[in-house]
Amino acid sequence: MSTVTLNDVRKSYGRDEIIHGVDIDIADKEFIVVVGPSGCGKSTLLRMIAGLETISDGTISIDGRIVNDLEPMERNIAMVFQNYALYPHMSVFDNMAYSLKIAKMSKAEIRERVEKAATLLQLSDYLKRKPRELSGGQRQRVAMGRAIVRKPAVFLFDEPLSNLDAKLRVQMRLEIRKLQRELGVTSVYVTHDQVEAMTLGDRLMVLNGGHVEQFGTPIELYERPASRFVADFIGSPSMNMLSGTAGSGGVTLENGAFIASETRATGPVQLGIRPEHLVLNEGGPLVLEASMVEQLGSNTLVHGFLSGTRKALVASLQGVHSEDSIGPALQFDVPPAAQHIFDSDSGKRLDA
Amino acid sequence: MSGMVEKTGKATWLIHLGLIIGIGIVCFPIYLAFVASSVSQAELVRPPMPLLPGDQLIENYTRALFSGINAPVWRMLMNSMIMALGIAIGKIIISLMSAFAIVYFRFPMRGLFFWLIFMTLMLPVEVRIVPTYVVVADFGMLNSYSGLILPLVASATATFLFRQFYMTVPDELAEAARVDGASPMRFFIDILLPMSRTNIAALFVILFIYGWNQYLWPLLMTTDPDMNTIVMGIKQMFPSGDDLTDWPLIMATALLAMLPPVLVVVFMQKLFIKGLVETEK
Repeated sequence: MSTVTLNDVRKSYGRDEIIHGVDIDIADKEFIVVVGPSGCGKSTLLRMIAGLETISDGTISIDGRIVNDLEPMERNIAMVFQNYALYPHMSVFDNMAYSLKIAKMSKAEIRERVEKAATLLQLSDYLKRKPRELSGGQRQRVAMGRAIVRKPAVFLFDEPLSNLDAKLRVQMRLEIRKLQRELGVTSVYVTHDQVEAMTLGDRLMVLNGGHVEQFGTPIELYERPASRFVADFIGSPSMNMLSGTAGSGGVTLENGAFIASETRATGPVQLGIRPEHLVLNEGGPLVLEASMVEQLGSNTLVHGFLSGTRKALVASLQGVHSEDSIGPALQFDVPPAAQHIFDSDSGKRLDA
Repeated sequence: MSGMVEKTGKATWLIHLGLIIGIGIVCFPIYLAFVASSVSQAELVRPPMPLLPGDQLIENYTRALFSGINAPVWRMLMNSMIMALGIAIGKIIISLMSAFAIVYFRFPMRGLFFWLIFMTLMLPVEVRIVPTYVVVADFGMLNSYSGLILPLVASATATFLFRQFYMTVPDELAEAARVDGASPMRFFIDILLPMSRTNIAALFVILFIYGWNQYLWPLLMTTDPDMNTIVMGIKQMFPSGDDLTDWPLIMATALLAMLPPVLVVVFMQKLFIKGLVETEK
């Protein structure tokens, strides 16, 4: 059993507060992903949980014990760093065994634990090698092995995959997820990559400028983003945002098009619609002036503008569409269920 | 030819000829010293000066090593060795630790201490020799190894070298060690020290030669011939009055004095390369 609780955690450097009160309850065995653009404070938050940064205000508890003033070692956590942070002069075995040696564990026990972790991570053949003789993916595995052998209460990952190439990243992502499920260790994972976040996390926390924008399951964030920021951040390609005026059972866009909606909001709003939710329909109210087509195989992205404006609009069509088959203007329906209405000023979601 | 630029045979020959001439110019005085150390005094002073080694080699060297003029040369060699090793090892230990303190700890007046160390760069032995002498004399350390070593043992240069090196070590490494439960000293010994190995080897060569070549300080503070170091000892071998200068003996001593630094360079060079290309610990 290991839970992590953050209670109004704040961080300031001098007078600049960079984390403005984060509250989360992380359940046992849960995989939490903290996601946000660079500079949003996500790494700082993780380092505060790890004990590498002091906590300016609020409390962090692991297993119900407040750990604010404890050294990283005493918090029973293990951390995987972005650049792996392997000890370059030590063999893979020694790298993984180092924390156990410091904990004065018996040689036999160390050997057993390291070998078990190495088997799990397919590193058994590399135990005598030095980190520089390994590939990026293998180094990443050693870094994870170093975390596993400790049998910690919590795993902390600080953008562990960002130094790998795209293909390896996908592979390692799956491995991390599988490993976390197998070991059942509560994990906090920081990334700026929304695909990583969506695929890994049981729950995601979207952080923006030191504020929690939304905290929920990936599908909640996708289906009901709480703010324009989340809507924009989650999903690829990003959600289309069209400004308009709500009233009389719909939203009137800048170019005069009227989109029927179930919203009860009135006045200026932002209408969000994901590219994949636009329904191609001759005579639909939303007109896209196509300018460029990206064929991805499984789907086709049509980039262009909202007709009569310079407002960028993207539609994702299922399957293959050749550039020639797509006319200069496409008409779409905007199903009410796929609409997201946000307040023009605050950017907050306005529910129907 | 596997060079980047193809050279014609002629150019190669010219380059090699130039190099050989250069080596010849550098080596000739040393060869002369070797010749002088292998003949008798009488042969040496009679013109023309001999250019081929004589038959007194073993005798001259035995005489130099075991009797010398003021003190036996083995004694001076040992003194020099103790001083050079003391200075080199002492400097390395002190600068490793002071650089560690400056880079990894935030303590009050860290900046001040940093600048204090920096300022000692401006005060070489020659500038502070009189006050240093007084302090050492007051401590009763004249004619002692500690008196030879301690005033020369702090090194701003080496501290800087290690500081620069530590600053290239990623912060994550220190953090990873902290998460692994390593205390700061443990991190220093287990991780920083092995990583500095090649730097330490390089610095050892430079500092050993620096210590070995010390002249002014030992000259000033060792009055007992048994505490003389070899570099100053050679100078002491020249007679002050009308006595004959025993050139073969002095030349033998000079060559013996050159040997340890040469050996250190040759031996440490191997360590250098090993440190750079090694695959096993």
